[in-house]
Amino acid sequence: MGAGHVHRLYRHGHTPVHRLPAHVKLVSLLAFVLVVVATPREAFWAFGAYAALLAGVAVTARLPLPFIVKRMVVEVPFVVFALLLPFLAAGPDVTVAGLSLSQEGLLAGWNILAKGTLGVVASILLAATTDARALLLALQRLRVPPVLVEITAFMVRYADVITGEMNRMKVARESRGFSGNVGRRLGVVATSAGALFIRSYERGERVHLAMLSRGYTGALPVLEVQQAQTVQWVGAALLPFSALVVSVVAWMTV
Amino acid sequence: MSAPSLDVSGLAFAYPDGHQALFGVDFSIERGERVALLGPNGAGKTTLVLHLNGILTGGAGDVRVAGLAVAKENLREIRRRVGIVFQDPDDQLFMPTVRDDVAFGPANLGISGSELDERVHEALGKVGMAEFVDRAPHHLSYGQRRRVAVATVLAMRPEILVLDEPSSNLDPASRRELADVLRSLDVTVLMVTHDLPYALELCPRSLVLSGGVIAHDAPTHELLAAEALLAQHRLELPFGFDPRATRTGAL
Repeated sequence: MGAGHVHRLYRHGHTPVHRLPAHVKLVSLLAFVLVVVATPREAFWAFGAYAALLAGVAVTARLPLPFIVKRMVVEVPFVVFALLLPFLAAGPDVTVAGLSLSQEGLLAGWNILAKGTLGVVASILLAATTDARALLLALQRLRVPPVLVEITAFMVRYADVITGEMNRMKVARESRGFSGNVGRRLGVVATSAGALFIRSYERGERVHLAMLSRGYTGALPVLEVQQAQTVQWVGAALLPFSALVVSVVAWMTV
Repeated sequence: MSAPSLDVSGLAFAYPDGHQALFGVDFSIERGERVALLGPNGAGKTTLVLHLNGILTGGAGDVRVAGLAVAKENLREIRRRVGIVFQDPDDQLFMPTVRDDVAFGPANLGISGSELDERVHEALGKVGMAEFVDRAPHHLSYGQRRRVAVATVLAMRPEILVLDEPSSNLDPASRRELADVLRSLDVTVLMVTHDLPYALELCPRSLVLSGGVIAHDAPTHELLAAEALLAQHRLELPFGFDPRATRTGAL
């Protein structure tokens, strides 16, 4: 079901990965991430194997590498944290290129970096092959609490509206010669953020009124039930199952 | 003879902070009529509208929709009968796609499957938006969003369509398209507006809500010709607009 271009993360396609029902993909992603997280950090080769598995999914879904790399920017704060760890952690040191680094910190940093990156890439693959509406229906199908599904749905729907409002406020500020030192700027920007919050809050109330007016009684109606065939479950299980094999071997060899 | 689509009598309401917005509103709208509710900002128009489907209650007076009283035990049916189209379509359209949004109301009524699809197509067809069924609301123009907003309540097959400032923020072409849609509908319409030419174009009859009461109830062309009366209620015609020189589709 083509739901239009609901989200920028989505890349339209007709590959086997795109065709899998969203709830199946979601379960598969969750299982994969759990297996990755449960892998001993010293088994370096295992993470290479996981990356290869994801690369296989990306190739099947015909996603170009630059598309994925650009979306990985979201991970940067974690990367910074991971890079700091070798300098901050205590314990026995090793000297690398003239720098004294904590061994424990190096391992911890690697652990965060490797597992985080794999999780992010797996999520990007899911988002790129599943449109937002299908993901919401999947959450509903998987019996995620309705309130959480609704919050997510509204976030998807209103992200653009609120960004638009924010940009209009920015243009309005700058059109009236907004400048000054950092302190003054921060103050004004903070006030704008507050105003934006209140506007969004008021919009929330108006949306709620509109919902009540159309018979909303506390739960979004289930508009479409996604169905999956056994073969689709099996196909989607390939990724977490292969990862599980890698993980088990990693545990036995460490 | 059937009960009027909408019958409001002695409706009064004060907000919890003590501000009284309505002081005894009386009017009645027959089935199939298109009526404009005119009034300056702060006259209580929105407060009145929110009483029509029981969002606000608790004041004095009585509202009946096709004979059924707006009361707690009837709310579900009342909200089906009264379709309110709010001013900002971004408030009205909150689902990820046009299809889901139009389906929201009937689905709440317990309709599903092919009947639900049928409702969605019928409603979107009536506003000329059928081919946009799988689009996201934020990728439509403002005028298109407003028409989809109308479809979201038409899908509930309402007794009466209540439109809050339907012409606001529309360019002239979208404005005309919406007028064509509204004229083509076989449904009672109450249009809240201070766009007087639009009221004249679409509604043979107008109510003036001022100071929390219905100050006037008359044919629109008569009201608009009475300049002193309009001025008294802070209603003004746009520059150069002469209602006497206008042939309207409403008549």
